[in-house]
Amino acid sequence: MSAAQTSSAVEASLTALAVSLRGVTKTYDNGVMALGPLDLAVRKGEFISLLGPSGCGKSTALRIIAALSAASSGTVRVARHEGPTQPGHGIGFVFQEPTLMPWTSVRENVRLPLKLGGVPKAEGRARADEALASVGLADFADAYPRELSGGMKMRVSLARALVTDPDILLMDEPFGALDEITRFRLNNDLLALWRSLGKTVIFVTHSVFESVYLSQRVVVMTARPGRIQADIRIETVEPRGEEFRTSAAYSDYCRRVSAALAPSYSGQSTL
Amino acid sequence: MNAQTASIAKPAGAQRAMRFVLPVLVFAAGLLAWELVVRIKDIPPYVLPAPSVIVLTLIKDWAVLSQSLATTLLTTLEGFAAASIGGIALALLFNQSKWVEYSLFPYAIVLQVTPVIAIAPLLLIYLEQQTAVVVCAFIVAFFPVLSNTTLGLNSVDRNLAGLFQLYGASKPQTLRFLKLPAALPYILGGLRIAGGLSLIGAVVAEIAAGTAGAGSGLAYRIAESGYRLNIPRMFAALLLLSLAGIVIYGVLALVSHLVLRRWHESALGKES
Repeated sequence: MSAAQTSSAVEASLTALAVSLRGVTKTYDNGVMALGPLDLAVRKGEFISLLGPSGCGKSTALRIIAALSAASSGTVRVARHEGPTQPGHGIGFVFQEPTLMPWTSVRENVRLPLKLGGVPKAEGRARADEALASVGLADFADAYPRELSGGMKMRVSLARALVTDPDILLMDEPFGALDEITRFRLNNDLLALWRSLGKTVIFVTHSVFESVYLSQRVVVMTARPGRIQADIRIETVEPRGEEFRTSAAYSDYCRRVSAALAPSYSGQSTL
Repeated sequence: MNAQTASIAKPAGAQRAMRFVLPVLVFAAGLLAWELVVRIKDIPPYVLPAPSVIVLTLIKDWAVLSQSLATTLLTTLEGFAAASIGGIALALLFNQSKWVEYSLFPYAIVLQVTPVIAIAPLLLIYLEQQTAVVVCAFIVAFFPVLSNTTLGLNSVDRNLAGLFQLYGASKPQTLRFLKLPAALPYILGGLRIAGGLSLIGAVVAEIAAGTAGAGSGLAYRIAESGYRLNIPRMFAALLLLSLAGIVIYGVLALVSHLVLRRWHESALGKES
């Protein structure tokens, strides 16, 4: 834990940080401590996963970074942007569910952040179409959400998060409800987008395999209140693809991450 | 609500036809039996008029009855409009401020649970008759609009609300682009109930007013005909009231269907 802190301090001095949490805790009104204290530093352009058991506060951490929820104590620093072209202050958020408005078209759903930010309609529509094309849904702009499959809805949700061109993409177990084949495909598409767009991604998941496959760093969290149990760097040949998923290195990483995760699941024997 | 709309739109042709044909058949059979019983047993019209006599009365008394129908419909419409506007406006106010909701909601419930027939005589004392009748229709009809709209405004998807917050949506933006569309099916459901209830409110008030000796609505005609033992006219007026209720419900159901179908319609266009 202290080693992780020192190394992130060194990193902070070397490269600019996208997100930095110091001693962040979250206590609910009913007195339950959900999170922390948590220290986390994420470099710009990095893809990290927060991995932990259900209820360990990983989603809470994400909501705190997005300022959807306030930390009870500690400091939160996010490299935020102000500007008319980036409503949401440079943050894109993908929820567990697609969270689309059923009463309007896919294009209008994707345009929503721009509409709320006062971007003119024509420009907003063009950017929404562009974002839809980037997730492979250019042909479905006029469809309504209820006509789409679960995977397609999630892509729309991703397009909506990307439409503001955020620097930081926060994803809260986005693919948890999808079947495995769809999930693998979306994993690959997400990696491709991350490589081409160079965004910082913080990805919350409870799947060891998904976290190892996607991220450069897997941050394993303890059971509630969530703290950092292990910080494991995944180093492999980029770009990753199916061959990585079937490689020995991949299984090794999965084993290491699983081992780091095990104490979180074995009752209350936390740090 | 959605499922209901879908089931109106979707059923197979034959099944859809049966849904109209069967009730009509039952209705025709009932009328026939009624007519036969009255004729065979030779029941006098002041005890039980045959359907044919009722229809003839309807035609014969059309001048009086149509005017009464217009009066009752106008009252209903005014009460319904007041209930819709008042119910939605109050729900929006409640949604903007918890304090207002806490302060006023119990009284909305009191107004709802007190039987309107008991309030009507008092209203008739304090208000001009026509106003009192409209107020009765309003009192009965406004609560479903209020409670349904409140429910709709409060049942916005939590994550969507978070999304609006993330992108810095203002209160008016959240209301217009999120809360109102999300509440629309609930509001329309409330209006559908309110349509029928405002007719009931109007009728109750007319009966209360009628016994005071004034008024010209359909309910008043029923009361008046009752005193005169003009049973066929009572039935004719009742028939008109029933038809008015059916038409009001039908129109509101159609409006609701058309408005909500837009979420469906362009979808259908896409699939084909």
